[in-house]
Amino acid sequence: MSTPFYVSPQQAMADRAEYARKGIARGRSLVVLQFADGIVFVGENPSRALHKFSEIYDRIGFAAAGKYNEYENLRIGGVRYADLRGYTYDRDDVTARGLANVYAQTLGTIFSSAAEKPYEVELVVAEVGETPEGDQIYRLPHDGSIVDEHGSVAVGGNAEQISSYLDQRHQEGMTLAEALKLAVQALSRDTNGSEREIPAERLEVAVLDRTRPQKRKFKRISGRQLSRLLDAGAAGGDAEGASEDAE
Amino acid sequence: MDFLSEHQPEILPGNRQLPPTQGVIEAPHGTTIVAVTFPGGVVLAGDRRATMGNVIAQRDIEKVFPADEYSAVGIAGTAGLAVEMVKLFQLELEHFEKVEGAQLSLEGKANRLSTMIRSNLGMAMQGLAVVPLFAGYDVDRGKGRIFSYDVTGGRSEEHNYAATGSGSIFARGAMKKLFRDDLSEAEATTLVVQALYDAADDDSATGGPDVARRIYPIITVITDDGFRRLTETEASEIARSILERRLEQPDGPRAALL
Repeated sequence: MSTPFYVSPQQAMADRAEYARKGIARGRSLVVLQFADGIVFVGENPSRALHKFSEIYDRIGFAAAGKYNEYENLRIGGVRYADLRGYTYDRDDVTARGLANVYAQTLGTIFSSAAEKPYEVELVVAEVGETPEGDQIYRLPHDGSIVDEHGSVAVGGNAEQISSYLDQRHQEGMTLAEALKLAVQALSRDTNGSEREIPAERLEVAVLDRTRPQKRKFKRISGRQLSRLLDAGAAGGDAEGASEDAE
Repeated sequence: MDFLSEHQPEILPGNRQLPPTQGVIEAPHGTTIVAVTFPGGVVLAGDRRATMGNVIAQRDIEKVFPADEYSAVGIAGTAGLAVEMVKLFQLELEHFEKVEGAQLSLEGKANRLSTMIRSNLGMAMQGLAVVPLFAGYDVDRGKGRIFSYDVTGGRSEEHNYAATGSGSIFARGAMKKLFRDDLSEAEATTLVVQALYDAADDDSATGGPDVARRIYPIITVITDDGFRRLTETEASEIARSILERRLEQPDGPRAALL
């Protein structure tokens, strides 16, 4: 007769966290940055059909790294929560904070329930405000905690290195092209410090743009618009370099 | 509606039981909605009056709403129910778009609205009917299209122009005489205001442009660029230019006899 081995709760949780972290680390990273007119989501995504970023509600966007089927499930849950709330009360009553709380509850329950395997996902919920001060970015790790972020945030495989790179270089009031350029630079750094080129067609980019006249501020940027922005960022960088030289 | 009926069926309008009532329930009714297509899009407009029996219940009611980026719905009939129906319709289109990552086809949207009207049949038989007019830009075909409905949810596509509500007979007559195949956007918006003016002229439940209170018809245009509602200034300019002409010709522009 074999009796089950005793595993201390600390050990069990550590194992589950390790499992989730490894799963998330396998995926590609993505970054979310504030810029002058809103919030931009940038990630490397070879697939055209499976999005990492999507719209939840008027001012709220969603980004996820990790296992697709799991975060897709959470995304649809979020859309459902937001739509139901907006219909029953008012569109203004749907907030990123409320949504982040729901996600935290869901992730936390799954993480600590012994019957289920923990979700291998890390989410970002962002809401664009009327002014840059009103912007909100929440990061939700696999265990159901909520981290209130400012300026820039990275999730996924190489997140720590990318976040420290972004923290050093991100400034308030960047233009979209500048923010996009910084994001791509951050994403192109490999774990071993070397850099690689990410072609535009492998980038997935979306913005929450507070200057959009429509109620729904979420917009994907792709194709010609994306390459134009990337070119503008590159040109802007050169121009800055040139002016520094002149001084 | 599928989404709501799965998750919160109790807030669906169709699921409510009405207590038995005697006679007709008095509630504000919206009146005339008109739509006209032009090359490159469609215009949907409505007057601003709601009536309850012989009383004007509201002078500045809004009866034309965007359904999503490429379509709009104008409502005639019981205002309260109609507004709720539009809200639900908007919710459903948006929910589908976000979950599936693609918009419903224009036909799909029109069919959806049809089901919603049908679910209101019980109310309609007690005098609380909702009869919308649905107009949108068909991105696949590259043109504006109009769909009209009856109380039972019967849907029919209308070509060139359509009207619904109590003043619709007069509006349709006006549009029949004014419509051409090659209208510009500006001409199409003028045409719908002419039609609403004629409807208000002969139907007491339809409101004409109210210059004193600055209440003008709601005019919306849907093209390749999406939905756009004309600003109050734009609408007032159209209404005023028509009023000015009508001071000389009270019955409006004359069509050729042959």
